[in-house]
Amino acid sequence: MIRAEQIANASPAFGIYVHWPFCLSKCPYCDFNSHVRHAAIDEERYVGAFVQEIKHAASLTFDRTVSSVFLGGGTPSLMKPQTVGAILDAIGKHWTIARDVEVTLEANPTSVEAERFHGYRAAGVNRVSLGVQALDDASLKSLGRLHTAKEALDAVAIARAAFDRYSFDLIYARPDQTPRMWADELKQAIDHAAEHLSLYQLTIEPETPFFGLHAAGKLKIPDEANARALYDVTQEVCTKSGLPSYEISNHARPGAECRHNLVYWRGDEYAGVGPGAHGRLDIDGVRHALVTEKRPEAWLMRVEGRGHGIVTDDTLNSEERADEFLLMGLRLAEGIDPQRYAMLAGRPLDPARIAFLRDEGAITIDASGRLRVTQEGFPVLDAVVADLAA
Amino acid sequence: MRIVQNTCKLRGYPVAAPRHGCYPARSTAELKLLQRKQQMTTAPIANIRNFSIVAHIDHGKSTLADRLIQITGGLTDREMAGKEQVLDSMDIERERGITIKAQTVRLSYPAKDGNTYILNLIDTPGHVDFAYEVSRSLAACEGSLLVVDASQGVEAQTLANVYHAFDAGHEIVPILNKIDLPAAEPDQVKRQIEDVIGIDASDAVMISAKTGIGIGDVLEAIVHRLPAPKGDRDATLKALLVDSWYDVYLGVVVLVRVVDGVMKKGQRVRMLGTGAAYDVERVGFFTPKMTQIDELGPGEIGFITAAIKEVADTRVGDTITDDRKPVTDMLPGFKPAIPVVFCGLFPVDADDFETLRGAMGKLRLNDASFSFEMETSAALGFGFRCGFLGLLHLEIIQERLSREFNLNLIATAPSVIYKMHLTDGSEIEIHNPVDMPDVVKIEEIHEPWIEATILTPDEYLGSVLKLCQDRRGNQKELTYVGSRAMVKYELPLNEVVFDFYDRLKSVSKGYASFDYHLTDYKPADLVKMQILVNLEPVDALSMLVHRTRAEGRGRAMVEKMKELIPPHMFVIPIQAAIGGKVIARETVRALRKDVTAKCYGGDISRKRKLLEKQKEGKKKMRQFGKVDIPQEAFIAALKVDS
Repeated sequence: MIRAEQIANASPAFGIYVHWPFCLSKCPYCDFNSHVRHAAIDEERYVGAFVQEIKHAASLTFDRTVSSVFLGGGTPSLMKPQTVGAILDAIGKHWTIARDVEVTLEANPTSVEAERFHGYRAAGVNRVSLGVQALDDASLKSLGRLHTAKEALDAVAIARAAFDRYSFDLIYARPDQTPRMWADELKQAIDHAAEHLSLYQLTIEPETPFFGLHAAGKLKIPDEANARALYDVTQEVCTKSGLPSYEISNHARPGAECRHNLVYWRGDEYAGVGPGAHGRLDIDGVRHALVTEKRPEAWLMRVEGRGHGIVTDDTLNSEERADEFLLMGLRLAEGIDPQRYAMLAGRPLDPARIAFLRDEGAITIDASGRLRVTQEGFPVLDAVVADLAA
Repeated sequence: MRIVQNTCKLRGYPVAAPRHGCYPARSTAELKLLQRKQQMTTAPIANIRNFSIVAHIDHGKSTLADRLIQITGGLTDREMAGKEQVLDSMDIERERGITIKAQTVRLSYPAKDGNTYILNLIDTPGHVDFAYEVSRSLAACEGSLLVVDASQGVEAQTLANVYHAFDAGHEIVPILNKIDLPAAEPDQVKRQIEDVIGIDASDAVMISAKTGIGIGDVLEAIVHRLPAPKGDRDATLKALLVDSWYDVYLGVVVLVRVVDGVMKKGQRVRMLGTGAAYDVERVGFFTPKMTQIDELGPGEIGFITAAIKEVADTRVGDTITDDRKPVTDMLPGFKPAIPVVFCGLFPVDADDFETLRGAMGKLRLNDASFSFEMETSAALGFGFRCGFLGLLHLEIIQERLSREFNLNLIATAPSVIYKMHLTDGSEIEIHNPVDMPDVVKIEEIHEPWIEATILTPDEYLGSVLKLCQDRRGNQKELTYVGSRAMVKYELPLNEVVFDFYDRLKSVSKGYASFDYHLTDYKPADLVKMQILVNLEPVDALSMLVHRTRAEGRGRAMVEKMKELIPPHMFVIPIQAAIGGKVIARETVRALRKDVTAKCYGGDISRKRKLLEKQKEGKKKMRQFGKVDIPQEAFIAALKVDS
């Protein structure tokens, strides 16, 4: 784990998020900004727009040093390696880049995409995150994935060969999944993992096909008690295997955390580029929450017309800023510095609520004064946050 | 809580300019009318008729009053236009079709015999909660018009009010209203009046107040069938204080009926009950517009103002006399208004406490029978313990607080006054479960009982009887009035104040009518039931309840609380207990999993907004120990059926 003292000495973290909004098909659980197009995507035209938007973002934050880039989606592994290369070149041209910059690309674990891994590597990507999701074919099919378990593990092997760092995602609390089944699957996954795993509880999001099925009673997912049992198994298996959780759903060998995602959870700055990308930038001492146009074609027109696709630019007041700091920071095992909260909010956290939550065993204050959520508190984190923030 | 006999009639017409009362303020045009504009010569006492109208709600009392005013020229057609129920000046009065304050109107009627008569109509409060006010209003008259809907027949409330009129020694003229309706059955209803009430209905006046049929006959009947008042003009002043209200411009306006002597402008008068003396500033009557004159003679009804600051300084039923040579004997029947139902009222938003205090003060200006004192509850914060004449009164006050002052309130369980006979031989009265002494110090508890009269269509009789039995009732009488059953029950008042009206209405689909009067106190096996949340008693939910009813009510309350208290990080036991003994228990399970699985850069704004909502929601909850209890849980727990 990266310790707080080390962070303080380094130049502040600054991330760039790049959103590639296209997928070959839409997964029934996914509520991300992803789109399926049947005609070919004019990648060169998109590159032009990305470059323009990068230039605009850099004009607001030219003095930052980029510590991480994350190419997310959608399915960024549908991009040609030269498209990725052009985007990364533009970032390198407009900002100073940290020597140890982390450049992650999200990829589907199919054989077609795995073939491009070396090309991405050559373009500057040094970490991939693969959407494996499950290790049995029936589950993969019901999750709407286009790959088999074997294909996925083959892609993992290619990633292991091509990149120093890689991670993959699994979804648990799937229909009829028992803690024992999940433990076995997870152990198998860990055999193929190197340093990092993202393990998400299946969440039924509004406006997804799963939402309708669930509401109609056609999709039965584990109830709260079973979801908890599955979560507990996750912690147990991963901790034993040397992959403790450093965030609710993210596990890594100490030091192998995803630096880009830490930017979000630690409340650092990041620029968002591409359709529907979010950013958090400090401009003249005020934090701005920025969002770009969601629809890819509309975003493209907008960027080509004005040089950027930003449609929302909200400034956050101290309470909003502090709320974001709290709700993101407490997701991390390292917790938050209560003094930073007090500085942002203009008031300290309520000592009575801290005392109450400590009594309940949901939080602790460690020797360095950091407020951390405990293993008991993490499964009910949303309630803990609501209580602390109130 | 809803009142059975007062169906809500939202008519949606504009609020008529008030004739009196402190809301809203009188218009300047009306104030000008106060300047002595006309001087109606005092009529000889033989040409005065004082009367009230007795009717069940909806049977047409107010419409008949409107017609009488219109036909005798009290208001022009233009002034009448668009104003139904001229006499009911408060919104609530109009909507519920009830009269809260007594109102009077003087009509000048040239009768067929060639003489002009002065007719004073007193519109009485029409509900049992205001029985005492009704009795004083009736005491100011010599006769009553008994209005019965020719299609509906006699109702419980009609009976109660007609008995009040009998008690006041009234001559009674039966009137069948709505005879134009196809469903009218005048012969049957006449027979019913004779059978049930026991008065001759053969010469009942047949009218339709709505269309105006028979209104002339009503006026003739008033003149020829009701007696003139008696009184001695030369005797010392003796007048009945019928009612009073607060007027922003005039101060307290006192409605009086002169019995003997003359009430004059400038005269110094004394209230025998309170001993206070005042100089009469204005004397007058209502047409229904306020009209000033110099004096009111014996038999006359009118108003006075006398720089009286608060309605609480006047006592309904008091005797007003000449301060220099006062009479010594008071008019009979005077008694102070005593609250019989109590509950705590707390603002949902603690910041509204001062607004609530101010609002209650304003309502009390005009309603001396409503009492309140500050109360603190661990669960609900700061509020007031309030006393009311009855359930309707409670409901009216609560509704006015929310409607006129925009207050969102939580009301605790209504309570009656219990008499505690203690082991040391003393007796105390309590109306707040919080004040209950230690059980070992209590020898015996006595609770108030009522006699209830319920009229219901036959088909609902079984359900009505079951309801009364369930509420510890003793049946005293069961008779039939045409196709309707009339039952009389003895019931403990504390069973009635809970949700009896609601239940009665629901089991009879709204057709049963209900009236009651207090009878006596009887010993009762009452226990204090507490609701414990996370092992701590919630004071606002404590109640005194009969031992046999405790378990059912306790179970219903804890079930409701369980539904509405959200899961916390720990298990929350919710218990109903008597003393140390738990009689019902539910458990709010602990949260097991409540965490957003994915939360990255694009999710923050949405999560923050969600958090803001949660914070907002938390503000609306009461923190009780470690538990956040939503307001709805209190409200629902206090409303449960059992």
